[in-house]
Amino acid sequence: MSSVEEKVKGIIVEKLKVDAADVTNDKEIVRDLGADSLDQVELVMELEEQFGVDEIPEEEAAQLKTVGDVIRYVTEKTGSPA
Amino acid sequence: MALVFGTANKKSIAWAVAKRLSQSGAKIVLTYQDPRLEGNVLPLAAELPDCIPCKCDLTVEEDVAAVFKLVEEKYGRLDILIHSVAYALREDLDRRFLDTSQEGFRIAQTVSAYTLVAAARGALPLMEKAGGGSILAMTYHGSERVIPNYNVMGVSKAALEACVRYLAADLGPMNIRVNALSPGPLNTLAARGITGLLTMLKYFRERAPLRRNTDLEEVADTALFFSSDLSRGITGEVLYVDCGYHITGM
Ligand SMILES: NC(=O)c1ccc[n+]([C@@H]2O[C@H](COP(=O)([O-])OP(=O)(O)OC[C@H]3O[C@@H](n4cnc5c(N)ncnc54)[C@H](O)[C@@H]3O)[C@@H](O)[C@H]2O)c1
Repeated sequence: MSSVEEKVKGIIVEKLKVDAADVTNDKEIVRDLGADSLDQVELVMELEEQFGVDEIPEEEAAQLKTVGDVIRYVTEKTGSPA
Repeated sequence: MALVFGTANKKSIAWAVAKRLSQSGAKIVLTYQDPRLEGNVLPLAAELPDCIPCKCDLTVEEDVAAVFKLVEEKYGRLDILIHSVAYALREDLDRRFLDTSQEGFRIAQTVSAYTLVAAARGALPLMEKAGGGSILAMTYHGSERVIPNYNVMGVSKAALEACVRYLAADLGPMNIRVNALSPGPLNTLAARGITGLLTMLKYFRERAPLRRNTDLEEVADTALFFSSDLSRGITGEVLYVDCGYHITGM
């Protein structure tokens, strides 16, 4: 697992209070992991802070459906290898 | 002794203010609206010495009564009250103001303006015991100027600012001051509910006289000023902490 992947999953586990084993790349954050709108905003803000990426626009955040989407997005933004 | 309403997470204005007041020696009661915020707020409360976390939804009378009872029993007095609370329906922050529903209007006014009145009423006997006190609310420029998508929140902030003045008049004779800060946009949970916040932040830092966004620490520093005797001659006031943005005309 890349360090980005590990960190993203850690954030999801902590914020959504889900089992680490359930947080696989194909899981949808809302449908499978039970995030509500407040969780989603908090997740995005946590990603911004932990990865030091600039504020993530609503349109881009709305595209991040699965755990894998988030990992890819952050990897791109931070320019670190996947 | 300070009672702080409105911490949701570590980015909340209320938390920045609570930290600053604590550094200056105040004992804090740190309230949060909903049990689901416990996971965020309890660890924060544990960071400060003499800080008691307490659940309090300001629209629920029993919650309000309970938090003032806690302050009474623990400290027997109250010096500082921070109101950093606002809410509007998401749909009302994402369409024409014209389309605001009666329900949406009522909710925004109740949570964002009326709760200051309820909190001030609860604070009065405890602040009288302290020989006076300071009540501080958080407002935003959308009360005076039209900000895209701020809509019903702007109208609620206008009401909040009027509440500050009427409360200041009622409570002044008891040496209780009531003021508001009007920060520039900050990247907080509540603000993320407003469509276009990030565009707003960018626009703001390009145009504000100080050419940057407002930060939480400077809001907290100004809150400390209003909570201290340094501001003893000021009440009923709304002070901008916005890098000068509100003076610009274009
Ligand atoms: N962030 C900004 O850009 C900005 C600018 C100017 C003013 N403000 C004002 O600052 C204040 C704090 O907002 P913030 O930006 O720190 O966001 P925030 O989301 O961290 O804080 C808002 C708080 O209001 C609380 N709240 C909502 N309904 C409540 C209720 N019924 N009872 C008790 N608490 C309730 C929420 O739980 C949350 O803690 C608000 O009044 C907001 O309008 C914010």
